[in-house]
Amino acid sequence: MSEDLKHFVSSAPFDPVSIEQLTPEQEKYYLASQWQMMWWRFKGHRLAVFAGIVLILSYLSIIISELIAPYALHTRHTDHIYAPPQAIHFMHEGDFVGPFVYPLNYTLNMDTLKREYSENTSEPRSIRFLCSGDPYEFWGLFDASFHFVCPDKKGTLFLMGTDRLGRDMLSRLIYGARISLTVGLIGITISFILGITIGGMAGYFGGWVDSSVQRVIEILKSLPELPLWMALSAALPANWSPLLIYLGITIILGLLDWPGLARAVRSKLLALREEDYAVAARLMGSTPKHIIGRHLLPNFMSHLIASATLSVPSMILGETALSFLGLGLRPPITSWGVLLSEAQNIESVALYPWLMVPMLPVVIIVLAFNFLGDGLRDAADPYD
Amino acid sequence: MVDLLQIKDLHVGFDSRAGRVEAVCGVSFRVREGSCVAVVGESGSGKSVCAQAVMGILPRNASIASGSILFRDPKTEIITDLAALDTRSEEYRTIRGGRISIIFQEPMTSLSPLHTVGDQITEALRLHEGLSGDAAKARCIDILTLVRFPDPVRAYKTYSFELSGGLRQRAMIAMALVCGPALLIADEPSTALDVTVQAQILGLIKDLQKELGMAVLMITHDMGVVANVADEVVVVYHGEVMESGMVDDIFRKPGHPYLQALLRAVPKFEYAEGERLIPLREIKPHRGHLLKSRDTPVGIDNTKPILEVNNLSKSFTIRSEGMGGVGKSVLKIKAVDHVSFDVARGECLAIVGESGCGKTTVSKMIMRAMDADTGEIIYNDQGTDVRLSDMGDKEMIPFRKKIQYIFQDPFGSLNPRMTVFDILSEPFVIHKIGDDAYRREVVLELMNLVGLDPRHLNRYPHSFSGGQRQRIGIARVLALQPELVICDEPVSALDVSVQAQVLNLLKDLKKEMGLTYLFISHDMAVVNYIADRIAVMCRGRLVELAPKELLFKSPQHPYTKALLDSVPFPDPSHPLDFQAVRETTMTNPDNWPDPYDVRDATDASLIDIGGGHFVRAHDLSNLRTVA
Repeated sequence: MSEDLKHFVSSAPFDPVSIEQLTPEQEKYYLASQWQMMWWRFKGHRLAVFAGIVLILSYLSIIISELIAPYALHTRHTDHIYAPPQAIHFMHEGDFVGPFVYPLNYTLNMDTLKREYSENTSEPRSIRFLCSGDPYEFWGLFDASFHFVCPDKKGTLFLMGTDRLGRDMLSRLIYGARISLTVGLIGITISFILGITIGGMAGYFGGWVDSSVQRVIEILKSLPELPLWMALSAALPANWSPLLIYLGITIILGLLDWPGLARAVRSKLLALREEDYAVAARLMGSTPKHIIGRHLLPNFMSHLIASATLSVPSMILGETALSFLGLGLRPPITSWGVLLSEAQNIESVALYPWLMVPMLPVVIIVLAFNFLGDGLRDAADPYD
Repeated sequence: MVDLLQIKDLHVGFDSRAGRVEAVCGVSFRVREGSCVAVVGESGSGKSVCAQAVMGILPRNASIASGSILFRDPKTEIITDLAALDTRSEEYRTIRGGRISIIFQEPMTSLSPLHTVGDQITEALRLHEGLSGDAAKARCIDILTLVRFPDPVRAYKTYSFELSGGLRQRAMIAMALVCGPALLIADEPSTALDVTVQAQILGLIKDLQKELGMAVLMITHDMGVVANVADEVVVVYHGEVMESGMVDDIFRKPGHPYLQALLRAVPKFEYAEGERLIPLREIKPHRGHLLKSRDTPVGIDNTKPILEVNNLSKSFTIRSEGMGGVGKSVLKIKAVDHVSFDVARGECLAIVGESGCGKTTVSKMIMRAMDADTGEIIYNDQGTDVRLSDMGDKEMIPFRKKIQYIFQDPFGSLNPRMTVFDILSEPFVIHKIGDDAYRREVVLELMNLVGLDPRHLNRYPHSFSGGQRQRIGIARVLALQPELVICDEPVSALDVSVQAQVLNLLKDLKKEMGLTYLFISHDMAVVNYIADRIAVMCRGRLVELAPKELLFKSPQHPYTKALLDSVPFPDPSHPLDFQAVRETTMTNPDNWPDPYDVRDATDASLIDIGGGHFVRAHDLSNLRTVA
């Protein structure tokens, strides 16, 4: 056995206040408000930030769809029906000539009755930038013809092919974003209002209010989604203008989406109500209104924004599904769902696969909303 | 000969977003075979990180930067450097759990609710010794007997949620010991337990250490625990060893200013007249002109109690529903059972008791956060008696200004999304008092009053330490200049050094502002420092009520005696009587002897035995012979 431990006393000085002193980084961190801390935390999620940028660009694009699209929404090219996507080239016969496309020569295959196009590689048609092209009405306000990108004066520019009327798919996609992206926003506003009010009432009053709200939610959730949408949109009068139909569809989507949000609000409210600081406010004599407004709402607002973000994709998908089935928006309104309804015919999909292209923006936007929502949800509670 | 465990110049760092933080910087100590070494320190001192480094269970973002942890297995005499060993290797796994095992602070979460106690103990046997079947069961029952389970055969088949906190910790110890480790690491093993249970668990660890010839590395913040179980002590502060030595040297001849300061801050039981604790960081309350001392208006009877509680009762029903409503049973638990007491103006009355004794329920009923079943609460408002127990929510509002509540948890009681200024001005917003300029001035005064820097007003609560947050909570409570403050365990979540600071602050504020306290606590030493009178509660009943000196000098009720016997003193010359503690059954009212016993028909009542000393008993004459 070794000896008894010798009494050791460190020679280090003892400064009782040393642990209370802050470094400049700590100072900055400590003065941060909840939104700042959430932002710092959100920044850490690369994917979410990237998704956020994608979404911001997409939403910015709908302001100036007319300028971005190479053609106007309804321009038809009767000699280019079901034309395939044209590739962009830079080199012509070994020389660099800038971006151009080769024009398409049309032949009808008399065996299969398929429209066949071949590239005419002898005449490059250059792509023009910041140019005057197809005339359009900017937001229906004034006439203009300015585009960022236009085809050659004699040529065509179908980067994603054309549809059965010879309309440029890319231009229609860019215009369709206007409808498809905003359907989600209006729908989510409605569902947000309904969700907060109903969920808040259930969470705050509890008792029979809570249980009846819960039962209604359960019933709504148990209804098969698609037939319900179909029934509701069938109820929209056929003689309504396309714009009214659009509003009707968003309202239907909003009306059916609130249960998820209401549940989130209710459970968060129930949990926060028992937090010590909420009890402290109650014991200081504050009214329920004060507690909800000052303590509960600010604490779950960030969570709500995250869950709202996560439910936008279901709205977009809902619109797409309805329009695909021909029950949602109808031409001449153009949305991604309406564009996809062209791809209903298996034959045309087999022959002209570019008709499926509207899937692409739907997938990108839905994924972006999901990534962004995940990032927001993680950042929503920066005090863990 | 090499020691069992030798830690040399250990450096452990954490990688965080703000860069690398050194949690342990150059700690060295040793554990001899069969001895008990205590590592003492405040939260954040790196004491638990040392234990995790030995076990190879450091968090993912932590790593050992340098130093060695030499472990000599007494069975095989092989010396291994644990710091250099891969924590996922086969070799480490045999040592971890087999040769070195650990018990944690929280017995609630350390056991799985899905497996029986027996299953979880035999799992260790299966992994380390390849035992299974009857042989494992026999070993398991042996070890359960060793840790003194009342019925080891039954305990083998029970689930952890069927056990009390103390029994759960025993099951954890059994699990840790079943493979016969050479070293047991106990990370705050008794912190989450009631004081009577804590004493039993400490006694058990001490006994087992002797019986099994095992070494114990005790990680703790409690100087009382250290004085009672340790042979050698290592004091750490900021990841560095400040002082180490034999337990007597540490307590008798503390050499380092930190240890000296720490020992001065620990509440004791004997105080000279007017003696104060000396916190590590003293703060002085500065009262401005707006927060006036509350003078009792002329012509009011000062001797009348400010608060009277008569026959307060509350029971909770626990419904257990069978399938489809069949087999419904209703269990009624009396959380508070006919409790009566009064609080004199300007005094501090403490209610002490263990968890579940009903002390917090009483305070919540006084605050009207909960309705009483029966009984009355009378508040003396400037000479007129007001029955708080009959009031509705609206009528209560004016009294919410006069009675305030301090919460136990300094983290949960402040809204993380409000600045300190918003938090402190909230009482004025709620009661619509004053304009912005006035509020700003009072808030500045409040900050000075609790010794916080007024420049920190626009900071958020997360930037403050536990003690500072508790002071913000106290400042908020004082904003409306209350008469009565109910303090619900205000210092039990704080480190010892900060605890002394907050206790002194509460004491000073009481004098400065003429406050009355109802102080709820489980800690006898804290109560002894701050209270004038003490009420002891057990299982919903008030068993003894006496001025502090009388209660500590001549406790009458068997429960009070058991409680006082279980408190570990931070003084090695005043050890716990582990033998007596082990045998105490007084925490269960069914075991109270006559005249204190619980009879259905004629329940006992508080009997005055002189000097303001009340004891719950049936018969006075019988009691006198006892006293």
